[in-house]
Amino acid sequence: MSELWELTAHEAQDGLRARAFSAVELTESVLARVDAVEDRVNAYVTRTDELALEQAREADARFAAGTATPLTGIPFAVKDLIVTKGVRTTAGSRMLGDFIPPYDSHVYEQIKRAGAVMVGKANMDEFAMGSSTEHSAYGPTRNPWDTARVPGGSSGGSAAAVAAGECLAALGSDTGGSIRQPAALCGVVGLDPTYGRVSRFGIIAFGSSLDQVGPIGRDVEDVATILDGIGSHDPRDSTSDPAPRPDMRHYLGREIAGKKIGVPREYFIEGMEPGVRDRIDESLARLKSLGCEVDTDLSLPMTEHALAVYYLIAPSEASSNLARYDGVKYGLSERGGSMWENMEQTREQGFGDEVKRRIMLGVYALSAGYYDQFYLKAQKVRTLITNEFREAFTRYDALVTPTTPGVAFPVGEKLDDPYAMYLNDIYTLPSAVAGLPALSLPCGLSEGLPVGLQIIGDVGDEGTILQIGHAFEGALGQANRLAAL
Amino acid sequence: MPISREQVLHIGRLARLGLSDAEIDRLTVQLSDILDHFDALAAVDTEGVEPTAHPLPLHNVMRSDSVAPSLKRDDALSNAPEVEDGLIRVRAVLE
Repeated sequence: MSELWELTAHEAQDGLRARAFSAVELTESVLARVDAVEDRVNAYVTRTDELALEQAREADARFAAGTATPLTGIPFAVKDLIVTKGVRTTAGSRMLGDFIPPYDSHVYEQIKRAGAVMVGKANMDEFAMGSSTEHSAYGPTRNPWDTARVPGGSSGGSAAAVAAGECLAALGSDTGGSIRQPAALCGVVGLDPTYGRVSRFGIIAFGSSLDQVGPIGRDVEDVATILDGIGSHDPRDSTSDPAPRPDMRHYLGREIAGKKIGVPREYFIEGMEPGVRDRIDESLARLKSLGCEVDTDLSLPMTEHALAVYYLIAPSEASSNLARYDGVKYGLSERGGSMWENMEQTREQGFGDEVKRRIMLGVYALSAGYYDQFYLKAQKVRTLITNEFREAFTRYDALVTPTTPGVAFPVGEKLDDPYAMYLNDIYTLPSAVAGLPALSLPCGLSEGLPVGLQIIGDVGDEGTILQIGHAFEGALGQANRLAAL
Repeated sequence: MPISREQVLHIGRLARLGLSDAEIDRLTVQLSDILDHFDALAAVDTEGVEPTAHPLPLHNVMRSDSVAPSLKRDDALSNAPEVEDGLIRVRAVLE
């Protein structure tokens, strides 16, 4: 018989409602799995076993009382930049090694109220800056498919935990690909919602005009269900879109015949691994067999500039956001000299190499004499990228691309070459810059490692990409394929 | 090199990162390499294009000026490195 930790969240929900097992039994199964594999994966910075069991007992009481929701009793990993009252939240940094938040983020409040169970705080690249989870002050997370390889990043702990059975679902955050790229490399499903769809209240800031929290799960249905659970309007975040949210589950199981799908040729570049190309070609054929009109004669020439635009805007915003870590109010505080000396010592000790590099890039792009040349120019090209997408969505229901140019790479391979690491996000950056929703889901293996298919939607149209993703997943027949760890 | 060692030193001071000489050397090479790849941006025609600060068409989100519960002082100070009489104690700013 299969173990409870192998279930998808919706399968677990069915079992819980039918009283086939209890939420405590489900959580105990997941905690035993964490005990068994965590020393090889390192998906968590902080485990919250006791809290998880307490929440599981409350969940069982809700099933008994008839007040359960679709997330009640589901064991979650929560990315460690999502603040959780009373539970250490590090953002993967030494700077916040002892930080115990005095309040809850909106998203954690939402899943807690829904009766979810938190297994622990998931590992990540420091302040969400990275594509491999190697830039964590708490050691790298390993890919459950091959522990000599990276899980992607920055939400690598969240994606690896889902793939390894160390939770059933997870919350991550995506600034330039940080949900979709690790989801692709770990063979799970990840959704970066439309900017403004999910509240950023209580999310440790990286690039404020780009950051967005989203779900990672074992299949499309789970991701849709979680988005419904976390996506409500929040007046505490002034960028939370007040528009009404349609029910995502409504889009599942519907036919996709007649959907118009654009495949921008700029994504099929030199550097894409042949195994990835093969899986994407097969996926396009599969979408055609489902009745979609697939147009490969689409050109989005601004695509090539997205990387530069992103790596100027995100570090600029980061340099401003991370100025708050000064050793005065909270976080690491070196206190041996004058105020200025303390501030420099605190930041020298507290930040890792990649964070320092991005702050430097951002301060440079914003500094006198370079603002127009770099920051302002990037903001203008951002407009052109957005306009190009907007025009494409007058003709297409969705765009389909690979999520990454290659499969998971060996630990350490790109650590000394920052630009090579940045290239990992080349397919996930354009939609992020434009604030569009995008889904990554597994579309097969290359050399035994997962390949991700990306489906980009129009602003606010998570429904269509989940609908297409759900139909594709059903046709592929590979949902919930766990890593053989 | 699009960026000089002196510029890196200057930015490092602005960012208060307390960088070592070795870090300055390494960052000069790495930032130059990264910025080299951004050259193509200069060639994009952005004449008359408005900059995007933000992807949402939301402006001036207002709320009513009403009293609501907020974080308790003790909670707000719970992570401060040094507290005195309910206040955060800081080093002297002026010598």
